Amino acid sequence: MGAALFIEQSLNGLQLGVQLFLMAAGLTLVFGIMNMINLTHGSLFMIGAFLAAALLARTGSFVLALLIAVPATALAAALLEAAVLRRFYHRGHLDQVLVTFGLIMVLNEIVRMIWGPVPVPMPLPQMLSGSVTLLPGVVYPSFRLAILGVGIAVAVALYVIVAHTRIGMWVRAGASNRDIASAMGVNVELIFSLVFAAGAALAGLAGIMAGPISAVQVGMGEPVLILALVVTVIGGIGSIKGAFIAAILIGVVDTFGRVLLPPALGSMMIFMMMAAILAWRPRGLFPVHG
Amino acid sequence: MTEQFVSAAIPTAPRRPFADMAAIAALILLLALLPVAASLLGNPFLIKIATRIVVFSIAAVALNLVLGFGGLVSLLHAGLFGIGGYVVGILAFHAENGDAFLGLLPGTGELAILLPLAMLVSGGAAAAMGVISLRTSGSYFIMITLAFNQMLFYFFIALQQYGGEDGLQINADLTLFGHAATSRVPFYYGCVTVLAIVLVLLQRLIDSRFGVVLRAAAQNERRLTALGIAPLRYKLAAFALSGAIAGLAGALLASGQQFISPSEMSWVRSGDLVVMCVLGGMALVWGPVIGAAAFLVLEIVLSGWSVHWQLVFGLFIIAVVVSLRGGLTDLFRLAAGQEGR
Repeated sequence: MGAALFIEQSLNGLQLGVQLFLMAAGLTLVFGIMNMINLTHGSLFMIGAFLAAALLARTGSFVLALLIAVPATALAAALLEAAVLRRFYHRGHLDQVLVTFGLIMVLNEIVRMIWGPVPVPMPLPQMLSGSVTLLPGVVYPSFRLAILGVGIAVAVALYVIVAHTRIGMWVRAGASNRDIASAMGVNVELIFSLVFAAGAALAGLAGIMAGPISAVQVGMGEPVLILALVVTVIGGIGSIKGAFIAAILIGVVDTFGRVLLPPALGSMMIFMMMAAILAWRPRGLFPVHG
Repeated sequence: MTEQFVSAAIPTAPRRPFADMAAIAALILLLALLPVAASLLGNPFLIKIATRIVVFSIAAVALNLVLGFGGLVSLLHAGLFGIGGYVVGILAFHAENGDAFLGLLPGTGELAILLPLAMLVSGGAAAAMGVISLRTSGSYFIMITLAFNQMLFYFFIALQQYGGEDGLQINADLTLFGHAATSRVPFYYGCVTVLAIVLVLLQRLIDSRFGVVLRAAAQNERRLTALGIAPLRYKLAAFALSGAIAGLAGALLASGQQFISPSEMSWVRSGDLVVMCVLGGMALVWGPVIGAAAFLVLEIVLSGWSVHWQLVFGLFIIAVVVSLRGGLTDLFRLAAGQEGR
């Protein structure tokens, strides 16, 4: 592998990593705070992408589509949480899996009813449709660089909010021990609703950025959901730091695995890595609970 | 570590082996009469549906050994099911080509070899993945089995030689002890026989000392450990057995439809199997048979009624989970006169 290809693949890996982090951040906090397995997180990724594609077709402005679709996805998630998911915090994991499994079918079908079964086109924004010469011989698409930039910016912002603000402190308290946090006067239910909506906004953002690269189609969220779950589990449930490190690790390993190994092995790399990490540390790399 | 200690310390629901065996006998009789009904109705398509119901019943009953009795929510079973199917598909592929798998194992279409081999491979895979998965519990276990399932799914998609994403058509003649084995009605009776054997054996297993320990492990592992019983071995054995039977079901599916594809192995299919168990009743060995039948019939009816049937189906699943804590299980428990597990 030449240096140019190596740099290009590293960037691809990092870009997949930050996108996975956007997905995994919401998933891991929902998991950590309410102990809730939310399989609909991939559907929120899909809803974000579809809303943005529709808005882009109407307005022709990628920025405008982004600015409306992200809060709209958060709103959809808040409605979902209030209408259905709220009843399942105190149920067993089996019930949570089943109800979110049913919701995936419902949401996929609603999206199919509105936008039809064929993939919806989502063109690159004009400004970012070209490519940039990073080093002599290393040419990289600007849209992918933008994804990388936005992803890192959001990750840093999220880190600052969670690690250095009062709301972040409440979130961390809720994630590490819900009962004690609530006894100390943190309104865990409210914090959770906010985290759920914010997590959905991040998932929506990830979906919008993935839209022009992969196809905007029904079921596009499921493979990403699985990867985000792998990230969450490897990082340690509830840990933002763990999610970030695991997401970058998965992004890089998956990208290089597909380039360097035969296909049957390359597509299994991340799952084998997960098995190895969990055999070594069953609670993930950075466990929050003890 | 005597049985007396275990049963004295762990409150389990009184089981009624006789009532369960009678229910199993009635179910099998009903399934055995289906081809007669189909020929009376003049609708041979019914046999195809019935075969599918019986095959998925075997897989769901296998899953329920760990789900309903071991308390382990496994999302890996579609993958194990698929492994069984691919054992048949791949060896039949080599039988047709006249070469050998990896240059070592000659192909064959003989089900007397293929079905036990499918059980062995799926059971072995379940044991290997179980060793890692069972170190964890709760939500971690669910996520890890889900990830393992996807690992198998992508593995078979990547095998271009065996059809990749498009699946593998089985063109070789499948035989049972040298006789042609895939004509519709005899094959159906073969599947019903397998289901009957699986049900009776698992019912006996659940009512045995092994079953008591497995159910106790689902309730309170710490207490079991205090009694001097290491639950891991029991859970691992149940997981491997469950995987072997799921693989057998997959092998039967592949043989019956003479086709196997990765789409039968996606995690959504694993979710379907869990739904079948919950729908039918997880407290009973034979409950998932009812669930598989209800699930597949509902799927056929709804998909014939509207293209957007998945909306209704999803809402139905949500309604079952919301309204009946633990699904229709409760109804079955009442019907069987059993209290909580």
